[in-house]
Amino acid sequence: MAASSTPLATAGPTPSQGVRPASSFWRRLRSGDEIAMGVTFLCAFSILAITAYLVWELWINSALPRHQFGFNFLRTTTWDPVAGNFGAAPFIYGTLVTSAIALVLAVPLGVGSAIFLAEFAPPLLSDALAFLIELLAAVPSVIYGLLGIFILVPALRVVEPYLKAAFGWTPLFSGPFYGVSLFSAGVVLSIMIVPFIISISREVIRAVPNEQREAALALGATRWETVWDAVLPFASRGIAGSIFLALARALGETMAVTMVVGNDPKIKASLLAPGYSIAAVIANEFTEATGELYTQSLIELGLVLFALTIIINGAARLMLAASERGKV
Amino acid sequence: MTGSLLLWRRKTLNFIMLALTGVCTVLAAGVLVFILGYLFIHGAASLNWNFFTKLPTPVGEAGGGMANAIVGSGKLLLIAAFIGIPIGFLAGVYLSEFGEGTFAFAVRYVTDLLNGVPSIVMGIFAYTIIVLPQKHFSTWAGGIALGVMMIPIAVRSSEEFLRAVPKALREGAVALGASRAKAIFTVVIPAAKNGIITGVMLNIARVSGETAPLLFTSFSNRYWSEGLNQPTASLPVMIYTYAVAPYEDWHQQAWSAGFVLLTLVLGVNVIARLVLARNQHVAR
Amino acid sequence: MSRMAQWVILAVTMAVGVSSAQNILINGAGATFPYPMYSKWFDEYHKKFPTLQFNYQSIGSGGGIQQVTQGTVDFGATDGPMNDMQLKEYQDKRGNAVLHFPTVMGADVPVYNVPGVTAQLNFTPEALAGIFLGTITKWNDPAITGPNPGIKLPANDIVVVHRSDGSGTTYIWVDYLCKVSQDWETKVGRGTSVNWPVGLGGKGNEGVSGQVKQTPNAIGYVELIFARQNKMTFGKVKNAAGIFVEASLASVTADAANSAKQIPDDFRVSITNSAGKDSYPISSFTWLLIPSKIQDATKKKAITDFVKWMLTDGQAMAMALDYAPLPKAVVAKELKAIAKIQ
Repeated sequence: MAASSTPLATAGPTPSQGVRPASSFWRRLRSGDEIAMGVTFLCAFSILAITAYLVWELWINSALPRHQFGFNFLRTTTWDPVAGNFGAAPFIYGTLVTSAIALVLAVPLGVGSAIFLAEFAPPLLSDALAFLIELLAAVPSVIYGLLGIFILVPALRVVEPYLKAAFGWTPLFSGPFYGVSLFSAGVVLSIMIVPFIISISREVIRAVPNEQREAALALGATRWETVWDAVLPFASRGIAGSIFLALARALGETMAVTMVVGNDPKIKASLLAPGYSIAAVIANEFTEATGELYTQSLIELGLVLFALTIIINGAARLMLAASERGKV
Repeated sequence: MTGSLLLWRRKTLNFIMLALTGVCTVLAAGVLVFILGYLFIHGAASLNWNFFTKLPTPVGEAGGGMANAIVGSGKLLLIAAFIGIPIGFLAGVYLSEFGEGTFAFAVRYVTDLLNGVPSIVMGIFAYTIIVLPQKHFSTWAGGIALGVMMIPIAVRSSEEFLRAVPKALREGAVALGASRAKAIFTVVIPAAKNGIITGVMLNIARVSGETAPLLFTSFSNRYWSEGLNQPTASLPVMIYTYAVAPYEDWHQQAWSAGFVLLTLVLGVNVIARLVLARNQHVAR
Repeated sequence: MSRMAQWVILAVTMAVGVSSAQNILINGAGATFPYPMYSKWFDEYHKKFPTLQFNYQSIGSGGGIQQVTQGTVDFGATDGPMNDMQLKEYQDKRGNAVLHFPTVMGADVPVYNVPGVTAQLNFTPEALAGIFLGTITKWNDPAITGPNPGIKLPANDIVVVHRSDGSGTTYIWVDYLCKVSQDWETKVGRGTSVNWPVGLGGKGNEGVSGQVKQTPNAIGYVELIFARQNKMTFGKVKNAAGIFVEASLASVTADAANSAKQIPDDFRVSITNSAGKDSYPISSFTWLLIPSKIQDATKKKAITDFVKWMLTDGQAMAMALDYAPLPKAVVAKELKAIAKIQ
């Protein structure tokens, strides 16, 4: 991505130097622009096809609860496999709350770090730390779950009395705390999504043309003022886009959440209470759900989550597109 | 307000924000170092030869390993790569070389959607279209689920790196009489080769840790999985199963598996970055 | 042939592997309750017949029922027998019936983690029902302190832990609660997954025991062997005859023996809360779910042979792992029932 930051391209290898010895596969391709375009078009189209198929499968396999519950599915708070009464509300609540907590913690941390790495840190340090932080993005979620159970939850048990002392007067931090809770899940999620925010935001900030910075500095701005007034406005849409993408990941995160959220399908005001998320309940109950209504209700939950993701990704896409076309 | 007071305030604010953002960075980096360190200490300590060579043993018997899970993960990733990378890469080629207009926009949008599909839903999808009709769990199903997850990332990274190739290269090739297809496949792609390889490696690394899609597709296997039509053990699923068990021996194995998985992922990342960095220097 | 193509072929060959014709893989899924027993049995059986591989994954009783109904596994396992609706669904989907074969017996025990309490607590049915219904909320409630004179119970809130995944262990527990509490029967009912009035969910026996261990003032229910493995304190429960009994192989077997006369031909029976002064009330059979018609002749032979071995040699291994072996009358009945597998 940094390969062509210079506007005037340096001479790359001349065609004769850069051309690989043609094997039969390349030779066939070479012979037709149409073939190349056709094949690649097919692949691009297949993505549309696969996604459509996915949505279709989710749709028809959730027919029973859709007809039976209709839109009430989104409002009902009971999840009762014995009585056959299913409602998505507690899971939507849990998904949104854990993701919100994740954002509240990750965004300031992430954007702050991105600014530091892009603007203030010496280049070597910036590159090294960025590399390390990107590696964090590659850590599998199962491991985050492990660390959540074995480190985070006991640590939160220690920290909780202080939280209670500071915030206990709000309904958000009231009630008993068992270690596993919406809050614990939110913290784990925030650690998981912060690398995305940092790496994308850092790239976006670095991409802001130097002229902006130079102009501001020439006018006597301090480093921070340059960043805040001249650089960030250009990068803001990209940063917002990175936040949306991180949020999309948080919404769908399964493993780490299941292990620390408490798995209790109830809506409670307190963040310290156990909760449940859509992805977690599907993971817990899908293989053993017996009966058509039960299984299909879980699939309908998957559809609901997909719809949430569509909305959020749509917003992210539009923002990123606008940021590319917009300011400069 | 006098000029010097204003200046002092601005300078102080400057310093504070510098410090604050620095603190954020230290926190973020600190968490990583802590995670890696913890995993290293716990995982490496219980790593032994058995882990890499033996099959799991029944509950309560010591000396078991995860040899079949390591191989299983390898097979799954191989299938996933064969599916996800060609489709994703070629679609990326389309988007960067031929793609303007509504169709291309639609493809990009839908790719992002697919990227946002939770892995568990991908697992259910593969379960419904492969496992149920076939009436058995299989490595194929797991590989396909992972492969579909790889597509959006492959598309994105290929498109980015191909776009980064200077226009002059393309124009040069065409000026010398090459057809567009020839220009793309013999000039542009090789020029973006390192970036694309990096993208591929990162893709594989990310997908290697996915658990949810495997639960209902490749299931798990106590024994060696033969061929591709049988259920297979895999590292992420084993970590998941062992981590919540009450047996101390299994806990140790879960840490070891986590450590091995993480080391592999990190190793792939490091190699990918080094290749990219080295070749950038060479090109200049 | 280009280098790349050679690598590809090599990779594919290695991946696909040399398929050996002799190894037979038989997949099963289900209960976590008997997992230690099954893993031991399948391992021993594999040593006897190295070409037979029984791959059993403990995904929960509900999972066993679901997957065997869908036909994705060759056999299932459950701690809670399939109800009529599930049997019908199986018949509709697969075109034949599914047979229940009891394998061993086990028990659910109440495990707890009360600060300062190391002694064994006595629980009455009313106390257990109240705790899990959420009507009894503190450890020093009279219903709990009553049967435990001399033990200092704190005035702390009880943290209930239950299963988050569908499970036969849950089935046994709620089946018992249904029998001893009218409130429970009407409000919650029985099933492998229920709408718990209160509590946290843990995944598998492992998740619940882990959760209880980590959480002060917690109470949960797990299979006997998990409690023993984890060296957890578990309580005594008052049986139908009014005596507080601790779960043990003897008391579980007694519970089964006292119900043995009424075992129906399809072996679907609940033996919780039977009469008899030495019975442990929260006991149950655990079953293998085997299709009545198996297409593959080799698999059919492998499975029927295994069931025979399990009922004879296998039973001898049960006690070492803290499972109560089946009463002889039941074994005899089952050996005859094997003929039903076509």
